[in-house]
Amino acid sequence: MSSVAQKSGFGATLWDWLTTVDHKKIGILYLLGGLFFFVLGGIEAMIIRLQLITPNNDLVSAGLFNDLITMHGTTMIFLAAMPILFGFMNAIMPLQIGARDVAFPFINSLGFWMFAFGGLFLNISWLFGEVPDAGWTSYASLSLHSPGHGVDFYAIGLQIAGGGTLMAGINFLVTIINMRAPGMTYMRMPLFTWTTFVASAMILFAFPPLTVGLFFLTFDRMFSGNFFDHTMGGNTIIWEHIFWIFGHPEVYILILPAFGIFSEVFSVFARKRLFGYTAMVFATVLIGFLGFMVWAHHMFTVGLGPTANAIFAVATMAIAVPTGVKIFNWLLTIWGGSIKVTTPMLYALGFIPSFVMGGVTGVMQGAAPLDYQLHDSYFIVAHFHYVIVGGVVLAIFAGLHYWWPKMFGTMLNEFLGKITFVFFFIGFHLTFLIQHWLGFWGMPRRVWTFMDGQGWNLANFISTIGALLMAIGFTVMVINIIMTTVKNERVGNDPWGDGRTLEWAIPSPPPFYNFPATPLIRGLDTLWVEKMEGSKEMITPAEPITDIHMPHGSIIPMLMSLGLFIAGFGAMFHQETSWGLGVLIFGLAFTFVTMATRSVKDDLGYYVTKEQILQDQENLKRGRN
Amino acid sequence: MSEVQMIKRSPAEQSLSQRRAKESMRSQIAMFALMIFLTLVSFSMVFAHLNDVAGFSKFFVIPTLFLFAAVQVGLQLYYFMHMNEKGHGVPQMFMFTGAMLGFLIPLTFVTIVWW
Repeated sequence: MSSVAQKSGFGATLWDWLTTVDHKKIGILYLLGGLFFFVLGGIEAMIIRLQLITPNNDLVSAGLFNDLITMHGTTMIFLAAMPILFGFMNAIMPLQIGARDVAFPFINSLGFWMFAFGGLFLNISWLFGEVPDAGWTSYASLSLHSPGHGVDFYAIGLQIAGGGTLMAGINFLVTIINMRAPGMTYMRMPLFTWTTFVASAMILFAFPPLTVGLFFLTFDRMFSGNFFDHTMGGNTIIWEHIFWIFGHPEVYILILPAFGIFSEVFSVFARKRLFGYTAMVFATVLIGFLGFMVWAHHMFTVGLGPTANAIFAVATMAIAVPTGVKIFNWLLTIWGGSIKVTTPMLYALGFIPSFVMGGVTGVMQGAAPLDYQLHDSYFIVAHFHYVIVGGVVLAIFAGLHYWWPKMFGTMLNEFLGKITFVFFFIGFHLTFLIQHWLGFWGMPRRVWTFMDGQGWNLANFISTIGALLMAIGFTVMVINIIMTTVKNERVGNDPWGDGRTLEWAIPSPPPFYNFPATPLIRGLDTLWVEKMEGSKEMITPAEPITDIHMPHGSIIPMLMSLGLFIAGFGAMFHQETSWGLGVLIFGLAFTFVTMATRSVKDDLGYYVTKEQILQDQENLKRGRN
Repeated sequence: MSEVQMIKRSPAEQSLSQRRAKESMRSQIAMFALMIFLTLVSFSMVFAHLNDVAGFSKFFVIPTLFLFAAVQVGLQLYYFMHMNEKGHGVPQMFMFTGAMLGFLIPLTFVTIVWW
């Protein structure tokens, strides 16, 4: 793009990325941040599996093993899966609804920096040698008695990152409600936009309980509170309720965007309209609602009594209905389609059987009496990895290959992509399928090591080999990304050739203002409608090209988050050091000053002139021919 | 800078918007009066209870106060915060969803979970 591709030095580029409020750049930042933590969590997973490869292994100590499982779970959920999905939402969703940016670009940037600093805070615990070790669920009686600062890192790090998530969720909601292009009715929104909408609504209602729970935990551990201490009149079980009132919707927040990605991939590569669009939307919304009604199924063995267990068991099984609707709609989308088995499609095809297996074991656990047998066994580990890896991670990889050209303007190598899929998919099933039986054979989860002669040796060995295959698959993908980036072969608007939604109607990567003129949406699968009518420009504009108002970048979001990051250390050390309280106050004051600066200093933005937009268009046309 | 467009109202539009504004003002004043009245009734009920007037027991006064409070919240939202006007469907949906969750979860606790 003539207007943006001015050569600039390293410092200027860095400053540009630190201050950007452009949704596409923030999407890339989320993606890179998420992938970084994905690698960290992956390394932790590999060490866990290597420790369990043989009985009585002593690769890591018992304490370190607890650190590893806690950080693996926390990192993968909060710092890898969610940010990567946010990356896709940020980069793609505004393009799909024909918007120039999200509703609040500044808050978008703030959300990212809070996630980045929260994740950093959590992982700095490794440098201090005091790592969270109470499991990713951090049940209160255990987390309150965990010595050192480990759980403090968990409570404060997640508090900061969670704030960022809440902001991102609200931002997406407002964007989808208010910024759809003319003609983009709710029932014309692509499924990925719909799932973003419902997942964001779930974030809106699910994250406040987490915030409250984490504050209670912070007060209990660092400020002499007694919310969860039963000897002081508190209640330990309350943490479990609060955590799962958040935690269950959280897993749907992860899986719904994954469903959205697959819905796009299926209809593009089966070259058919998504079967049962209306039913898909209804199922998405229904899953969103039901997700809040089932939290106690994580707590069947707590002793809530038969009434609660029965009601929550029935509610849990009800979720299988809308999910089943989705599975059948995907199958019927492929049915009779003219299928192209590209890398994203391969992931999508692999996803259906994998996720169904995870769903079926979920219904098994939903039956409260059986859950008494399965609880805290490797069966549970197998189940949630089947839904999260078989659902969310496969979707992330599918989305990465599918939208890479739109985000970066280059095409990932298809051959290497398929190699990645084969290694990862076989490795995934090898790792986790056998763990169902390990559970049946009585192996408890979260154990550091196990004794010889219990019949678990071979299964654990197979599981570890599978994990290694997954690591190989991921490594191939990283090589693929590096190779593609170095080669830098630019692609056109619609590199897959069968794009149906609006993002494929504009250049890859899009100009920073996305659309020269706001598009007019004339039906579901906007671009497909235009293609079928043989439109040359692929976009029917809803307005003439005029000047575009754009916001300036700002460093304030990063500074705001930095203040909270500093305050976190103050809170953690204020009991044993003299400087802790000062640092806490300084950090919070720093954040408030940046907030005040933002409030007082107006950003009036700037205009991209009509002449410049026309010039860009002209250059693009010349480049194409 | 982009050009600023001025669109003049036609006389019919002008009179329509004036009539709308008048109606809105009338209903707001009526609702304001109603809310003052409800508040007065609430206070009188509590005074009646404190002075042991027959019939104003705790079990009558407290539920009635809650009922009045709910009505006042509704009036506040719909007439003073303009939720009765067009284009408020989405905020209403989110508020009702939030209220429903906020009501259902504690209800679950006090009926079937008992902590």
